[in-house]
Amino acid sequence: MVCEPTREELAPLASIGDMDLNTVTEIRDARRGGTWQPGDAWLGGGTYLFSEPQPHIRRLIDLGRMGWEPLTVTPDGDLEIAATCTVAQLSRFAKPAGWRAAPLFEQCCRAFLASWKIWNMATVGGNLCNGLPAGPMISLTAALDGVCLLRAPSGELRRVRVADFVTGAGAKDLRPGELVRSITLPARALASRTAFRQGSLYGLGRSGALLIGTLDPVDDSLTITVTAATVRPIRLWFPPGPNAAAVAEAVRDGIRPDEYFDDIHGLPAWRRHMTFRFAEEIRRELADGPVGEPTEETGR
Amino acid sequence: MSFSLRVNGQDTDAEPRPGQCLRTYLRERGWFGVKKGCDAGDCGACTVQVDGAPVHSCLYPAARADGRAVTTVEGLARGGELHPMQQRFLDAQGFQCGFCTAGFLMTTTALDEEQLDDLPRALKGNLCRCTGYRAIEDAIRGVKHTEEPDAGQAVGRSPGAPAGPQVVTGTARYTFDVDVPGLLHMKLLRSPHPHARIVAIDTSAALRVPGVHAVFTHHDAPERLYSSARHEHPTEDPDDTRVLDDVVRFVGQRVAAVVADSEGAAEEGCRRIVVGYELLPYVIDPELAMQDGAPVIHPKGPESRIFRPENNVCGEVHGEMGSVEQGFAEAAEVYEETFRTQRVQHASLETHGCLVSFEENEETGEERIVVRSSTQVPFLTRRALCALYDLPMDKVRVVAGRVGGGFGGKQEMLTEDIAVLAALRLHRPVKLEFTRAEQFYGATTRHPFTITVKVGAKADGTLTALQFRVVANTGAYGNHGPAVMFHSVGESMGVYRAPHKKVEAYSVYTNCVPAGAFRGYGLGQVTFAVESALDELARRLGIDPLVFREKNIIGPGEHMEGPGGEEEDLHIASYGLDQCLQVVRNALAEDRSAELAPEGWLVGQGFAMSAIATGPPGGHFADATVKLLEDGTYDIAVGTAEFGNGTTTVHKQITAGALGTTVDRIAIRQSDTDVVRHDTGAFGSAGTVVAGKAVMKAANALAEQILSFAAEYARTPRSQLRLTADSVECDGRLVSLKELFEAAAGRGVELFGEGHWGGSPRSVAFNSQWFRIAVDPDTGEIRILRSVHGADAGRVMNPLQCRGQVEGGVAQALGATLFERVLVDERGEVTTAAFRRYRLPAYADVPRTEVHFSETSDAIGPLGAKSMSESPFNPVAPAFANALRDATGIRFTEAPFLRDHVWQALARRRS
Repeated sequence: MVCEPTREELAPLASIGDMDLNTVTEIRDARRGGTWQPGDAWLGGGTYLFSEPQPHIRRLIDLGRMGWEPLTVTPDGDLEIAATCTVAQLSRFAKPAGWRAAPLFEQCCRAFLASWKIWNMATVGGNLCNGLPAGPMISLTAALDGVCLLRAPSGELRRVRVADFVTGAGAKDLRPGELVRSITLPARALASRTAFRQGSLYGLGRSGALLIGTLDPVDDSLTITVTAATVRPIRLWFPPGPNAAAVAEAVRDGIRPDEYFDDIHGLPAWRRHMTFRFAEEIRRELADGPVGEPTEETGR
Repeated sequence: MSFSLRVNGQDTDAEPRPGQCLRTYLRERGWFGVKKGCDAGDCGACTVQVDGAPVHSCLYPAARADGRAVTTVEGLARGGELHPMQQRFLDAQGFQCGFCTAGFLMTTTALDEEQLDDLPRALKGNLCRCTGYRAIEDAIRGVKHTEEPDAGQAVGRSPGAPAGPQVVTGTARYTFDVDVPGLLHMKLLRSPHPHARIVAIDTSAALRVPGVHAVFTHHDAPERLYSSARHEHPTEDPDDTRVLDDVVRFVGQRVAAVVADSEGAAEEGCRRIVVGYELLPYVIDPELAMQDGAPVIHPKGPESRIFRPENNVCGEVHGEMGSVEQGFAEAAEVYEETFRTQRVQHASLETHGCLVSFEENEETGEERIVVRSSTQVPFLTRRALCALYDLPMDKVRVVAGRVGGGFGGKQEMLTEDIAVLAALRLHRPVKLEFTRAEQFYGATTRHPFTITVKVGAKADGTLTALQFRVVANTGAYGNHGPAVMFHSVGESMGVYRAPHKKVEAYSVYTNCVPAGAFRGYGLGQVTFAVESALDELARRLGIDPLVFREKNIIGPGEHMEGPGGEEEDLHIASYGLDQCLQVVRNALAEDRSAELAPEGWLVGQGFAMSAIATGPPGGHFADATVKLLEDGTYDIAVGTAEFGNGTTTVHKQITAGALGTTVDRIAIRQSDTDVVRHDTGAFGSAGTVVAGKAVMKAANALAEQILSFAAEYARTPRSQLRLTADSVECDGRLVSLKELFEAAAGRGVELFGEGHWGGSPRSVAFNSQWFRIAVDPDTGEIRILRSVHGADAGRVMNPLQCRGQVEGGVAQALGATLFERVLVDERGEVTTAAFRRYRLPAYADVPRTEVHFSETSDAIGPLGAKSMSESPFNPVAPAFANALRDATGIRFTEAPFLRDHVWQALARRRS
């Protein structure tokens, strides 16, 4: 929920301090309303805000007492995840029978570099708003056709697909003072069969490539969502039963070379290789069958 | 707005500051068991339980704790009974420095059955830099290792560390775990430029910040140059550093210091200082720095003892023994390759820092300054402070509390100089505590090395010539630069017999964060190169690398020869290298671990060996006293510091052995300039062999005194006397030590033994490491299938602790082998200043290592002991590289061996 630069964007010498956020003069209950000011930041779980110096922040607008129901299954069978839902709540949530995508929730929670103790504080919305390529809540919700509900300080609402919400490494479609209210995952996506692959330079480490395949329960089409390897989520769509060549071609054509993320957690060439490998593994796991023409879907 | 919080059953209603995290809130209320490791949620040292759920309190907004119940490590024991997990950490000695222990306890006591079955995942949010995690796993699993040896039987057994009960209850007092009334806080403004002259500095706005007391700049600093490195002989390091300089030489160098009532005000003060810089050209590559026309980083005169300032050469050595040209001409096979090692951070969990205050010197009645510091060298720091500020020794006391890890990083004066400056000016107590980020760009690192090895051998495997060209990047300052360079080419070359040897080595200034002392002190870097090269040469000759080593290593009684000449006081006073190699041979013979490799993975094995002198050259001094106390127990006073190295345990064991008593009857006072005359410090692997020897001499002297006195007192011949746990047995009759103390006091006799050791002569310790690994050729993932270590520590004083030292050394080295790297950008600015960017080995990364000790007994070390603290690190990276070579056919020459790079090398070869 925090529209601040990400960890990776901040230069290490950007500030002198750490530990307490000493420039903060007020922690304000978000329920009290008021005008959004420069130097304001939404406080979700705090696990990002308190992990880096934030010398530009003056007020923390605390979402901790909003009382938003963390997880709601709507009458249509969609899942509405409040932005303030913690990772621990998401992990523990008893997923209804019939959600073939259920295993993906725990797989994505476990893809955090952060420990399970951080899950007790970190929120789903906060992970989305950090917009990091390796943000596993982005992977989860982008792969399950998630849609963000955004609320402006004026109260105005708008909806953006998760795959469109994150626009680059640490960049997202979020305006000053706007907050993520919730993310909705449609019932159809939750009924998908899924396949999950994660690669890291380290055991249980930060994702260098995280790919999720979903097989549509209605038309058997396959969608592969690429995250962590790329600067933003990229989704590749295939009609039923694509072959290996089709998947490889889609990865080759659907991801520009400069869209592979280049940072200390993996060389772009390795991330690209892992993307090809995982995409093919996912294809085989979910949809080995007759040839299909690949098309790239969404994301742009 | 009302706030209420229950901490360990005690209610508090003090409102937190708006941006305060729970960690500082708890520590401000005296719950010092809550530790600061990273303040970024990565290391887990600050873990507490909020309403029973473990959280990293450094990330937890304190305001959110309103109405909740918090349990810290201090609240874990109930009614005087340790929590079972606390007892298990004691029984298994699941700690060394203990700084991470509170976090581990608050995490492991909250694990459910499923999590206990998956410890790699359950413990991914807790880092331990000392143990290598085996001891922690044993603790969680309830394995008991500690022993309670009988009177006089402590040496060679495994009693637990004396501070264990304090460590597991959060009551051990580390550097910052004290409440000092009226304390002021210091924050440092650091340079954003790699090389610049400060032409203007305006502190007026900073001084107007409420709560700011003073701002210090180069105008306030003494002109005097010194080195932050601490050695017995200060001339070992160039004098190239000022407390605050008008020239900055790396991004991160301190520019100004702000002292204020709070850290927040001091930070704000730093942000308000306006500095005008004249930018200067900079160089970050050491080869370029040596070329003519490169920017000169230290244009200083000969008084600074810089070898060639005009070429940025801080130190250099050139030498040849025989003629390598002739040697290579005689060789059937010559191999030459250039190897590189990266910048590595010590990453001790307690950051650098100190608290400076004032007290009355009881001896003189005058006021003096007291520096409580996270240091390995309290005595040398006092000496340096006195020299810097023209203070007499009796005006300065330096004390180390329990130190939360060192690894060489704290053989340095990085905070005391400036904190003392401020305290002297303001006459107020001042604290300077580095942040985790400052550890990366404002402290020191291991020296990055480039090593070109050329080695030749005859067809039968006899070495004919060995040649090194070494370039060590010492960064912007020369602290430890020349000494690390000299050490790096010593034992690494001396352990092999070759008729012709040549060395050319340079320690070079660059505009990067300074390198300093790091476990192994240069040897590990060169060992990586030479052990890789010898493995490769053996393969090319078609000789088993093990046979090749056995053929060329020095034997017992031989001298370590190098082109720099042999070191006069270095003797192989016990020889276990053959046994270390036999450990490898045995491991290979019975090994079936290749069966564990996943299908399609490449499997390989490799080993490496190393030698290390059991102390630094030029003398390493320790004074110790042991005295009998009124209640019939003993008191040891020794200067060396305890930072998890376990010397305190060993000193008690040695004393208990000499006095025929048990370790629980001995108290120890240590790491305080008040307790003994002098101690060079806890570095150079000297804790057991130097300080331990001084303690042994003191204990033996006391035993002699007690027996002499008892003989007279009990009118019994000396030969009929025997010291027991709490008395002297006089021909069958027991006279209690208490009685003897009283009797002696009555006659004005103090039963008191003194010991001194000068650290010379020195012996040599040996290590070997063997790995079998499997490599996934399509992802670069590497699994260690088996890890075996041979260690020649002479007579092992405490097998449990010594094993822990070896395991911890192997784990730390695996970090540097697999992934640790401090990266700098094109301006030399560190870009990896947090644990989430600088990966430390976690539980999941470290395999169990089988540790085999040689059966030797040293003629120099106390009771036959040799050092075993730095050296287990050294053979790890080359052993791993040799196994990787065996598995893949590729010789990797640059550490670390990250998956993406390994994959890339394999992919390139395929294409």
